[in-house]
Amino acid sequence: MNVQTHPLPVATAPFLPDAFEGVEEHHDAGAITTLGFWIYLMSDCILFAALFASFAVLRGATAGGLSGREIFSLPYVAVETACLLVSSFTYGMAMISAEHERQAWVLRWLGLTLLLGVTFVGMEIHEFVKLIADGAGPDRSGFLSAFFTLLGTHGLHVTSGIVWMGVLIAHVLRRGLTEANRTRLMCLSLFWHFLDIVWIGVFTVVYLMGVA
Amino acid sequence: MHEPRGPLIATTAHGPSDDGAAHGSVQSYLTGFLLSVVLTFVPFALVMSGAAPAATIIPICVALGVAQIVVHLVYFLHMNGASTQSWNMAAFVFTLLIVAILVAGSLWVMAHLDVNMMPGMMPAE
Repeated sequence: MNVQTHPLPVATAPFLPDAFEGVEEHHDAGAITTLGFWIYLMSDCILFAALFASFAVLRGATAGGLSGREIFSLPYVAVETACLLVSSFTYGMAMISAEHERQAWVLRWLGLTLLLGVTFVGMEIHEFVKLIADGAGPDRSGFLSAFFTLLGTHGLHVTSGIVWMGVLIAHVLRRGLTEANRTRLMCLSLFWHFLDIVWIGVFTVVYLMGVA
Repeated sequence: MHEPRGPLIATTAHGPSDDGAAHGSVQSYLTGFLLSVVLTFVPFALVMSGAAPAATIIPICVALGVAQIVVHLVYFLHMNGASTQSWNMAAFVFTLLIVAILVAGSLWVMAHLDVNMMPGMMPAE
């Protein structure tokens, strides 16, 4: 985080512009971290695109087993969707509270977001367990393999977001809204909203198109 | 006169949470949230009611899904054409290109294989 606090030798930083000198270094470091995280998210986006493409190719390959229409419950998916959408909003409120220096509210909103995330993952695990118990596990057909891979990858991302959020809450409790914590808060914000965007793709392509 | 921006950093106004990415207001989050609720409710209602044939409903669902993604990008991720975000935007546009090639290409190639490799056309061993 503090790479910019000392002037770097030219040999290791040939592209650093003059604008760095004397400008608020911490903010620049935060901006670079945020941009770097954004680029990670873009690579993650390509990962999900590959999983979506696989799913789209395999969605008809049910091998005589159950198809999406028979195994998906749209009301259940609607509740999962609501959890993620509301959690995106509550995270936004945490960001605004941070801007207004209201640490207690940042923690409340983050806690609420965390709860919604846990509810989402819990519902997803419940759905997986039920499908596997009904003989529609990932080993049943190409369609179900693609389904479990796509949904499982998204679920794992949400789970890591939850762990990250717990750690961030601890950071804010210990150190307050420091510059470093603000950068972390911003990166997790990008991550969390990104996962909600991936979920829009999931409920549209997997669930709605699967049942329609 | 402010120093020109370097190739990697976004120099913005010097607020307390100045980190190169734009921030929203309660207003913009609420707008985004309400738009998203509508854009989620409509396709679910369409599919669950079974009011129209799949051939009509699927393109509508896809269009509403894309619209909701745009709403999220604008109101939650605060993407806009601001020059402070030019590198975020460049990375995003490049990613869109890769995603389009990946998804459209996979579907195209696999559909071709499907059509051209019907069981009867395979040489018998």
